[in-house]
Amino acid sequence: MNATPLTPILSASWGAPYSWRLETYRGFGGYTGVLRALQLTPDQLIGVVQTSGLRDRDGARFLTSDKWSAALDSGTGVKYLVIDCAESEPNACKDVPLLLASPHLVIEGAIIAAYAIGAHQVFICIRGEALHAVRRVQQGVAEAYRAGYLGERALGVNYRIDITVHAGAGSYIRGEETALLNSLLGRAGRPSSQPPYPVSSGLYGEPTVVSNCETIAALPAIVSQGGEWYAQFGTANSRGTTVYSVSGHVQFPGQFEAPCGTTVRALLEFAGGIREGHKLKFFTAGGLSTPLFTEEQLDMPLPYGSATTAKAVPGGNALQFFDETTSVLRVTRRWMECYAAESCGKCSPCREGSWWLSQLLSGLAEGRGQEGDVERILDICDGISGRAFCPLADGFVGCVTGAIRQFRSEFEVGYRRAANELFPEEQSAVFAWNESVPTAKSGNGGFR
Amino acid sequence: MTISDTARGGAAMPPIAASQIDEHSIAELRELMSRYPEARSALIPMLHLVHSVDGYVSDTGVQVCAELLGITSAEVLEVATFYTMFKRRPAGKHHIAVCRSALCAVLGGDIIWDEIQKKLAIADGETTPNGMFSLEGMQCAAACDFAPVVSVDWEFMDNMSVQQVTMLLDMLDAGQQVYPTRGAMLTGFRAAHRVLAGFPDEFADAGASAGEASMRGVRTAAINGWTTSAAPLQPSVGSQQLGVLR
Ligand SMILES: Cc1cc2nc3c(=O)[nH]c(=O)nc-3n(C[C@H](O)[C@H](O)[C@H](O)COP(=O)(O)O)c2cc1C
Repeated sequence: MNATPLTPILSASWGAPYSWRLETYRGFGGYTGVLRALQLTPDQLIGVVQTSGLRDRDGARFLTSDKWSAALDSGTGVKYLVIDCAESEPNACKDVPLLLASPHLVIEGAIIAAYAIGAHQVFICIRGEALHAVRRVQQGVAEAYRAGYLGERALGVNYRIDITVHAGAGSYIRGEETALLNSLLGRAGRPSSQPPYPVSSGLYGEPTVVSNCETIAALPAIVSQGGEWYAQFGTANSRGTTVYSVSGHVQFPGQFEAPCGTTVRALLEFAGGIREGHKLKFFTAGGLSTPLFTEEQLDMPLPYGSATTAKAVPGGNALQFFDETTSVLRVTRRWMECYAAESCGKCSPCREGSWWLSQLLSGLAEGRGQEGDVERILDICDGISGRAFCPLADGFVGCVTGAIRQFRSEFEVGYRRAANELFPEEQSAVFAWNESVPTAKSGNGGFR
Repeated sequence: MTISDTARGGAAMPPIAASQIDEHSIAELRELMSRYPEARSALIPMLHLVHSVDGYVSDTGVQVCAELLGITSAEVLEVATFYTMFKRRPAGKHHIAVCRSALCAVLGGDIIWDEIQKKLAIADGETTPNGMFSLEGMQCAAACDFAPVVSVDWEFMDNMSVQQVTMLLDMLDAGQQVYPTRGAMLTGFRAAHRVLAGFPDEFADAGASAGEASMRGVRTAAINGWTTSAAPLQPSVGSQQLGVLR
């Protein structure tokens, strides 16, 4: 494979003026993939995607073609395609830029996927907290209807496709596919037990494919350029390109589309390295259940785990770097507070466990810990692990135990001293916070 | 049909303006129901619409949704209280959400959070007495590459500092026009929820394509001449005039 270090395919048009408009997208060759797709039979189309080696970008990294085959094989009845743009995984921040800059990639991909599995109705579910992304997709769908790409005879062929844009209303767990389907039923977004899997019994009990929007956005290029072309990017277990997010104490945080299998070190370099005058302390790669990594793992390829197995962690392409000013205890406490707030309350190991863990971690972070709290935390983690209903709890157990394993002494200091004494928070901040507060006239910042 | 706000509870609650849900809103709620194979799927959009009319999920709003969908108020309330964006007390004209997840917190979000609480003299979940601002600590805002992030009326205020946030609040308080980093001019909490309900406004073309940080990879590739040669998404002839597209 001789791909360049960065490979803008999904992001190729992001820099164009009005990149989100239909005309711009067509100027970049948009809607040629779908025209080709509609000339193929669904089986042939699934074959193309199989050749591409595309794996789901946000879930268990199934081969997308396997999920589609299962849906296609489920008969000729009503089926649904639901596109997950909940982007609720802490650390994940790739879907919002994609939707803002290139909504038509997702719309074109949706038509391709719906046709492949035999669905006529698509729901694009977007996080409600990203208002402008909702606007852009609403407008994109309206443009596609006006152009005749959607509706009774989509793109002039005898096949009906409708897309409904559905804005969510918050909650992390709602990003999980069964929870997402429950929210689309007008219910609380709590997960359901699997099986039955959505692909056999999903929305309204009908076969449903739930896909992350980046998976869907990869389809137009795959279909127009061919599966072999796409498979030249990436590694044997992880084909294609993906949008990596790099944030934290780096010079230039941002989104970087590169072949799957790109190393952490390469991505850190694209982001200009750790901010000036500081050095790397630890980093995370993905949201749920990733341990903390340090310098030694910089040559790890991403998605995390993809080098050895096909299975990776959700949000596995989001990297967060922290420098030496950062208290691991403080970070772990915040994560835990997030999980405690977001636990849907359905099962007790997660509901009660997350609450107790955040109490204990807060105590330590504020220097009010008791001797033995660290053992207590590990004990609670042991009690939760493997006993919760969905992967959320195993996720936070992984975070907490991983952090303690590597930085135990920082947690134990919490028996006597607050984290802020050792790691003053203003040193971790990326702005000088004691600067004098200006009047409204003196310049502007991120906003106008 | 006019529905009186009877279900409102205890006398201890401060006065709340009467619900403004009227015939027109009910027609719009029905329209939302018609967009789904089963009407109940519209409940979240319907509650967004209630937000846009009353500024929160009012008791009247709960009742109307329950009646229209043929379910109980308790079922509507379960949904209204599950999702973090739905408020059971009136939100401010502008709703401020500070990202409190680990990364934003460490990069300065915690300091910003303390300063905003001090400046507005309200805590998490509260609204200023003049009804101008409401405040919440949110979990990950999905904008880590712009940390620390504050959201106003669900638009991103990226790369904030204490100084900028102070200025931002002053400008909003003075009724000045404020543009978020990657969106349209702020028009308030209620207007935002109307769009979320599924009634678009005309501001989709406002703002940048995806913000500076989001563009970093694309720019790096361009500077180095890295293109995916066979990529379909290369500009073809005729795309040059798009700068004037409106
Ligand atoms: C707690 C939890 C949160 C999740 N959040 C998201 C999310 O925000 N977006 C998403 O696309 N998938 C999320 N997922 C994964 C989905 O369940 C599902 O696997 C995925 O949307 C399928 O899309 P893909 O196969 O294209 O990756 C989450 C899973 C879990 C367990």
